[in-house]
Amino acid sequence: MSVSARPEVRPAERAEPAGTAPQPDTWRTRLRRDWPLLVMGLPMVITVTAFWWLPTLGNVIAFQDYNPYSGGIFGSPILGFTNFQLLFSDPQFIRAVTNTLGITAFQLVFYFPVPIALALLLNSIMSPRLRALVQGVVYLPHFFSWVLVVAIFQQMLGGAGLLAQTLRQHGYQGIDVMTNSDTFLLLVTSQTVWKDAGWGSIIFLAALSTIDPNLYEASAVDGAGRWRRMWHITLPGLRPVIVLLLILRLGDALNIGFEQFMLQRYAVGSQVSEVFDTFAYFSGLKTGDLAYGAAAGLFKGLVGLVLIVAANRVAHALGERGVYSKS
Amino acid sequence: MSTTDTVIPAPGRGGPRRGKRGRAPWEEPGSLAGRLGKGGVIAVVLLLVIFPLYAILLTSLSDSRTVNAAGGLVLVPDGISFDAYRQIFSDTVVSRAIMVSTGVTLFGTLFSVALSVLGAYSLSRPGSFLHKPMLFSVLLMFVFFPGIIPTYLLVSSLGMKDTYLSLILPSAISAFNVVVLRAFFMNIPRELLDSARIDGAGEFRILWRIVLPLSKAVTAVVALFYAVGYWNAWFNAMLYIDDSAKWPLALILREYVVNAASLPAGTAGVAGYGHSVPPTLAIKMAIVMVAVLPALLIYPFVQRHFTKGVIIGAIKG
Repeated sequence: MSVSARPEVRPAERAEPAGTAPQPDTWRTRLRRDWPLLVMGLPMVITVTAFWWLPTLGNVIAFQDYNPYSGGIFGSPILGFTNFQLLFSDPQFIRAVTNTLGITAFQLVFYFPVPIALALLLNSIMSPRLRALVQGVVYLPHFFSWVLVVAIFQQMLGGAGLLAQTLRQHGYQGIDVMTNSDTFLLLVTSQTVWKDAGWGSIIFLAALSTIDPNLYEASAVDGAGRWRRMWHITLPGLRPVIVLLLILRLGDALNIGFEQFMLQRYAVGSQVSEVFDTFAYFSGLKTGDLAYGAAAGLFKGLVGLVLIVAANRVAHALGERGVYSKS
Repeated sequence: MSTTDTVIPAPGRGGPRRGKRGRAPWEEPGSLAGRLGKGGVIAVVLLLVIFPLYAILLTSLSDSRTVNAAGGLVLVPDGISFDAYRQIFSDTVVSRAIMVSTGVTLFGTLFSVALSVLGAYSLSRPGSFLHKPMLFSVLLMFVFFPGIIPTYLLVSSLGMKDTYLSLILPSAISAFNVVVLRAFFMNIPRELLDSARIDGAGEFRILWRIVLPLSKAVTAVVALFYAVGYWNAWFNAMLYIDDSAKWPLALILREYVVNAASLPAGTAGVAGYGHSVPPTLAIKMAIVMVAVLPALLIYPFVQRHFTKGVIIGAIKG
């Protein structure tokens, strides 16, 4: 075992019994070498295990007639799949599923292209100063909480907000977008655009900056105008990132933001605002049927797992790197 | 499954970049209509973000007369008054919430950054002892979420309800931030670390003296992400904190601004202190401004690191 063969071997290790032939490290030598790394990683691993993987095991209550007072997680009678059977025949749960999928589909069409368009706009700004300013401004709402975003929308578009106030002052009837369940889909999508479209454009900007400028010059010399250059160079250059993000978004289809819907549930009613997470929360914690809520949460987790793995398969099949890669 | 590739390598800094120094010689100048249209779109985009903040800021700085005259949000300044801010900072409910949020954000961020930096460094050496299981325990957080109910049961069975720990521990580690740090640490030249090791430096010293100073920017961005998360966190507090005296600002914001509940009697917003009492709307808007402020203050210092391409991590979230 020499230093040159294994660069990470520390000098201290040369003090080992001399004369041993080079052989793969046993776990003992690796432990002796790497214990400081182990110590460094331990607090993080313990925290993650305690607050992520332990609750994951806690999902067994979804298969129980769980009673926190008499049986607890170890003493409650086993039910099997009864909670899940109840779940699939619960109209409110079906509504949560359809709402979630509907919102995801709607946002795929009306939110997803916005960051791309914004990136193209930012990229077309010639003055570096102006571009930095616009970037700084559009990234900002990403750092506001959903509570803030909803509060701001309420002040602008709500029943007592600026829009209604201006309309009334000019003799029209005031409108309240915040409590209208018909336009809720539009409302949440515009909130998402306002909060995250700027931030989402970062990745497309990065992709744009990797496009070879010589391509533009060559095609300009060949007589392509700015729109043809965008169509034949810019968009093909962006395609890998667009495909990747689209796939990832599909893999993440069940996660559409929880706080946003929690916050506005009272204003528009659960009919349109019920999504997976709010259903788990209300059926579990508000009505006290913890096992039922856990079943809803576990169902979402498992379907989400399948979707993410499938999305990554597709990404790999298309030659892209997904959220994770095998190697 | 060894690495997560949500981190796209920084775009080449030296490469020629369109638009860095104005128009390229071959590029035709835009038509007047085109330029006006683009300018208009940019102005609209800027206004969409700035205008609400402007109206809210101005209203929070107006006295009751101005707000009444405007019939709502104030758009034209007419005298500046700090009454609303004076009220919320002397009012126990809001000022206490500000203290709680500040404390949770400070300690939480310190805790999270420390754990993440140490953890990311320990995961940055493939082939080390127990490397794979430790890495998996973090990476699998991307693909499976335990759900609200079991987490709630765990936290309450640990006796952490109504403690500030419940606002920190369950959300202390973000797998995304760890992966970002780890990717950055792994890009530090191996020779640098080896030479330090040959000089007798231990892992802690290497991390503190070599790795961290080289990773200031990425650590700052990760710290910003954690801090913003803690400052904005609202759901954990709603789940775990029943005692309204321990509420963070985000919950106060939801209660009094979004749900328009009335503030407890005898505190800010309740009329009866005489004619100079600012209207509730100004107080509401002042609370909104206080909630926005930290992000506005820290943001300019960290923002340049986003564009440097340290993190192109918009994929998650």
